[in-house]
Amino acid sequence: MKRHLEIVVGVLVVLSTVITACAAPATPQVVQVTQIVTAPPQTVVVTAPPPTAVPAVSYKGITINVITFTGPQIAEPLQRRAPDFERITGAKINVITVPFSDLYEKVLTDASTGTNSYDAYVFDPQWLADFATPGYLLDLSDRVKADTALDWNGIAPFFRNFSATYNGHVYTIPLDGDFEMVYYRKDIFDKNGDKPPETWDDYIALAQKYQGKDISGDGKPDYGSCISMKRGAQGFQMFPSIAAPFFQSKGTGQGAFFDTSNMQPLFGPNEGMAKALDIYKTLSKLGPPNQLNMDVGDTRTAFISGHCALSLDWGDIGPLSVDPSQSTVINEVGSVIDPGSKQVLDWSTGKLVACDATTCPNAVNGVNHAPYAAFGGWSFAINAKSKVADAAFAFGSYMSQPAQSSVDVTIGRTGFNPYRLAHFQNLGPWLHSGMNQAMAQDYLGAIQASLNSPNMVLDLRIPQTQYYQQVVLDTALAQFLAGELDANATMKQIADAWNKKTDELGRATQLAAYKGSLGITTK
Amino acid sequence: MSVGDQTQGSAQVGPNLEVPASGPGLWERLVDRLDRAAGSAFILPAVLVILCLSIFPLVISLYISLVRLQFVSSGIQLTFVGLDNYAKLLVGIDHVHFLGQAAPPSAISWIVVGLVVGTAVVLFARYLRGGRLSPGGLVGRIIVTVGLCTLAWLAVTTLAPGGRPGTLMVTLVYVFVDITFQYILGLGLAMLCVQHLPGQRFFRVVFLLPMMITPVGVAYLFRMLADTSIGPLYPIWSALGLSNTSWVENAWGARAAVMIGDIWEWTPFIFIVLLAALESQSIEPLEAAVVDGANRWQIFWEITLPDILPVSTTVVLIRMIEAFKIIDLPNVLTNGGPGTATESLTLHAYTIWRALDIGGSAAVAYILLLTSTFCCLAFANLVRRRFVEG
Repeated sequence: MKRHLEIVVGVLVVLSTVITACAAPATPQVVQVTQIVTAPPQTVVVTAPPPTAVPAVSYKGITINVITFTGPQIAEPLQRRAPDFERITGAKINVITVPFSDLYEKVLTDASTGTNSYDAYVFDPQWLADFATPGYLLDLSDRVKADTALDWNGIAPFFRNFSATYNGHVYTIPLDGDFEMVYYRKDIFDKNGDKPPETWDDYIALAQKYQGKDISGDGKPDYGSCISMKRGAQGFQMFPSIAAPFFQSKGTGQGAFFDTSNMQPLFGPNEGMAKALDIYKTLSKLGPPNQLNMDVGDTRTAFISGHCALSLDWGDIGPLSVDPSQSTVINEVGSVIDPGSKQVLDWSTGKLVACDATTCPNAVNGVNHAPYAAFGGWSFAINAKSKVADAAFAFGSYMSQPAQSSVDVTIGRTGFNPYRLAHFQNLGPWLHSGMNQAMAQDYLGAIQASLNSPNMVLDLRIPQTQYYQQVVLDTALAQFLAGELDANATMKQIADAWNKKTDELGRATQLAAYKGSLGITTK
Repeated sequence: MSVGDQTQGSAQVGPNLEVPASGPGLWERLVDRLDRAAGSAFILPAVLVILCLSIFPLVISLYISLVRLQFVSSGIQLTFVGLDNYAKLLVGIDHVHFLGQAAPPSAISWIVVGLVVGTAVVLFARYLRGGRLSPGGLVGRIIVTVGLCTLAWLAVTTLAPGGRPGTLMVTLVYVFVDITFQYILGLGLAMLCVQHLPGQRFFRVVFLLPMMITPVGVAYLFRMLADTSIGPLYPIWSALGLSNTSWVENAWGARAAVMIGDIWEWTPFIFIVLLAALESQSIEPLEAAVVDGANRWQIFWEITLPDILPVSTTVVLIRMIEAFKIIDLPNVLTNGGPGTATESLTLHAYTIWRALDIGGSAAVAYILLLTSTFCCLAFANLVRRRFVEG
């Protein structure tokens, strides 16, 4: 009896192993025909963008599998424009979506196992080191230059040279421009004589002032600040906006994540990190009660429904705030560059020092701003093993061409933010989207202030960035906010785990990759 | 006369018949061999399926837990790192996440640990004096004794005030609390449904519904219910003055939300199995007990419970195996938060795996496998010896 019972238990445990199966899709043939030129699918009122152009081939019968994260943003414009692209070229677009936290693993597993079920990826350019190094991505250097309709040089240099390029080769077509910035309720601030925050101390003071006040007019208390802090989502990407002005003051090439002399983490035990954690903890208590469980979608909804005085986010809140189907604060939202600091970290001593001409050469009014180019913008890459690479490139180009992108970046639900020079210069689509001129200039001005800042902070882009940020940083910050770790333990945990991973992968290799990413020309 | 008694060269095929002593022909031998191999041949596909689907992945994942993956110019490089991935979890940078933060032992901690250790030692000593020693049994009991004492120490130090349970202890809490409540509730509902009350057919279906919902759906359901500011229960939370609090931001509040969801979802499984056991119970002993004047409690305790104990053991065992793998609820409901308060072992492995640290992820998964096997075997042995065999 005993033996039988043990066998049964053993068999049950063993049979509980989960198995997955996989399959590769069939690929149809490309048929060469004549060039097709069409008018843009959506008309812009003030200044019409150039017509859409696609290569001189037909892709009838071809299906292009494109993977990205579960929308609605990012997937929405791909799905919405797929029928137009099919009508023009004959190629069918199949958009596959997975949760953001699974995207990296899904795509890398597909490529590394040779399954190759996806032809194109719309993903985070931070991951280029892991994708380009093993040769999983198609080199697009020649294609982007040859494609006049794409207007490669019309893309802002930062996105061309950083987001799209790795080791001198172009691997992605930018579809999105990403900078974090602060949004505030302009109507409320104007009414109360408040100015937008210049430093994080200002931000906290304003958030404290409005926390618990009824700013939406529904008779219930509202919140001073709404910032996504959810674990396992994109919340961890808000923290570097707070920490960066303490770490980086001498220009983009200085870097804000590691000491470039020895690859020691700046997010480790030092006074700058302690101050940033203190601000982060304070902000966690100046928002909705479930702020620790709010993803960016939740905080955006809270802000545009009028319940938050301030928020830190990418460029999405601007267009979302003028969407009459969702927003109650149309043209009442102001935007400003990431707040800065009047103190910066002395890397050699680990102490904070006051800003002066030497320590903060790029300071404005004594405040060191370090606008964080978080994520780098959703980008379109092509699987090197795709048998429909030409058609996939045509779709990526189509999505990024000025005719389409000028409209898409003005629609909040796309998740696409401005990244072409024309997006900043041509106000027509913005006015057409519902923004008034003042708000459009304010919104685009805040992004341009980040884009043109000599102290812009580049996001981390080294081998296994995903582990450094989405596993170690995300977990430690969540534990800190939940009270599982105090500030000292949090700093130590991040530094120890980052150092362990750096040593595993090779300190010299990682340092070279980090310095290489900082040395890229961004202007 | 038997065949074995025949002399070489002849064989009896009937009571009085003998055939030439030439032995079986080639065809007969072939048929005989095929006949004997038929059993193996028929089960071979099943064996191959099990090998491919279970054993092979187990072996490969054991190997993967000993390597580190890196992306290099030629593709993937797997570097053998020995037990480094396990060391990270048990003594390295991830040990607090995995094992938890121990609080300084209090008097109560010492008492609880002392009771567990004392009980384990007494049971072990009783086994040694029992005279039924075997090498396998001895090793097994030593492992169980040491394992139970270690888990007891881990539990009292990490669950005590000032301590913090790691993913291992959180998983064990989920398993034992959830299954305890599921068994009590499932048995209670099953007892009600055999009472021939009005509407019992209707309620049988209703009680089963939670199990029919996908776990992710249950997680989203409880996520909405747990939202005190905009969820469907907002009027209730507001009336109680709790609309500006979030109970999933408190470590034990969040764990409670996960456990309530799991209990709600899986109680029906235990309910339906125990209902079948109760309905198949023989009526004669119950009638005899009534005639003898036994009250309801005595009938339940002395007759019904022992009757359904074998089924109960099996259903609890199945639930234990499943419960160790819990991931949907903590992943969707809280993403393992606040902090790592609701993170189960499977979610821990999944988090690491999403960054393609497949070695670290496989190490967590292997420890989970060992832990669940240990607990299930210990439970099965305990129940069998204490209750089934008397």
